[in-house]
Amino acid sequence: MIRKRISLRQELPLLVWLVVVWAALWQDFSPGNLLFGALIAVVVARVFYLPPVELSGRFSLPQALLFAAIFLWDVLLASFQVFGRAVFSGPRVRNAIVAVPLRSHSDLMVTATGHVLSLVPGSLVVEVDRSTSTLYVHALHVATPADVQRIRRDVRRTEAWLIRVMGSKTELAALRGESVKGTEP
Amino acid sequence: MDPSPTPLDLLIDLLSIVCILAGCLMSLAAAIGLLRFPDLLSRMHAATKPQVLGLLLLLTAVGLQLRSWAVVPVLLVAWIFQLLTVPVAAHMVGRAGYRTRHVHRELLTVDELDEVVQSAARGETPDGRPE
Repeated sequence: MIRKRISLRQELPLLVWLVVVWAALWQDFSPGNLLFGALIAVVVARVFYLPPVELSGRFSLPQALLFAAIFLWDVLLASFQVFGRAVFSGPRVRNAIVAVPLRSHSDLMVTATGHVLSLVPGSLVVEVDRSTSTLYVHALHVATPADVQRIRRDVRRTEAWLIRVMGSKTELAALRGESVKGTEP
Repeated sequence: MDPSPTPLDLLIDLLSIVCILAGCLMSLAAAIGLLRFPDLLSRMHAATKPQVLGLLLLLTAVGLQLRSWAVVPVLLVAWIFQLLTVPVAAHMVGRAGYRTRHVHRELLTVDELDEVVQSAARGETPDGRPE
């Protein structure tokens, strides 16, 4: 088996996460436990090899916190909307599968966008076309073409948020150019 | 135990009650959705709710009642693992359901995936180029 060599810098987020999980499960954040956790994290990452996640190298904490707040608000709102649909529309609900082409072609951004969409009740990713980075989103209660447009806009807005949080510099520049020209649909 | 509860105790209890009730309401909503919605994919939407918002509310209530900072990371990790695994499961079920034709097409107003599947079945890429 040929293994791509992973630099420590690329592996660091994974190792930090493993140490945090270790300490959280022991409920002990003392230096000794953290050190032992780090040792185990390195061994686990070496023995159970996985292809590295290609991060863009950029992460904006303020944007991430803002996005987390917006995400929770969206989930709250959507939860009650779906609740309402379940009670009042029920079997008469009409849905749609909408193709949404994304801006970014990086695996991480497509995965993250799909993840966020699936977590918000009311939208679900049925299929992903990796070559064109298109998401096929199943959405609840879509009756008119205007609803389809709304879903496409919402999905691309979610992606724009994720680009602002952790997209690469070129993706961010493309996003900025887009909003200046006002081509955002 | 402290026999006389302070106002802070009351506030924490009250907040926990609200969180637990709202979390249970989310589970109830999911149950109603599972019963009322007509097909697999719309039922999947109902099933997402208790796992994201409902679990967050219930874990918040647990954290408030335990009153210990040491459990907060555990609860957070539990929630994050749910957030990481739920969409994968939902996507696999939804995708398998679509491919095995368990989707009621008459319930869809628009199906833009169907065109792609049809053209792929004829051996073309979506823009009409041969593969």
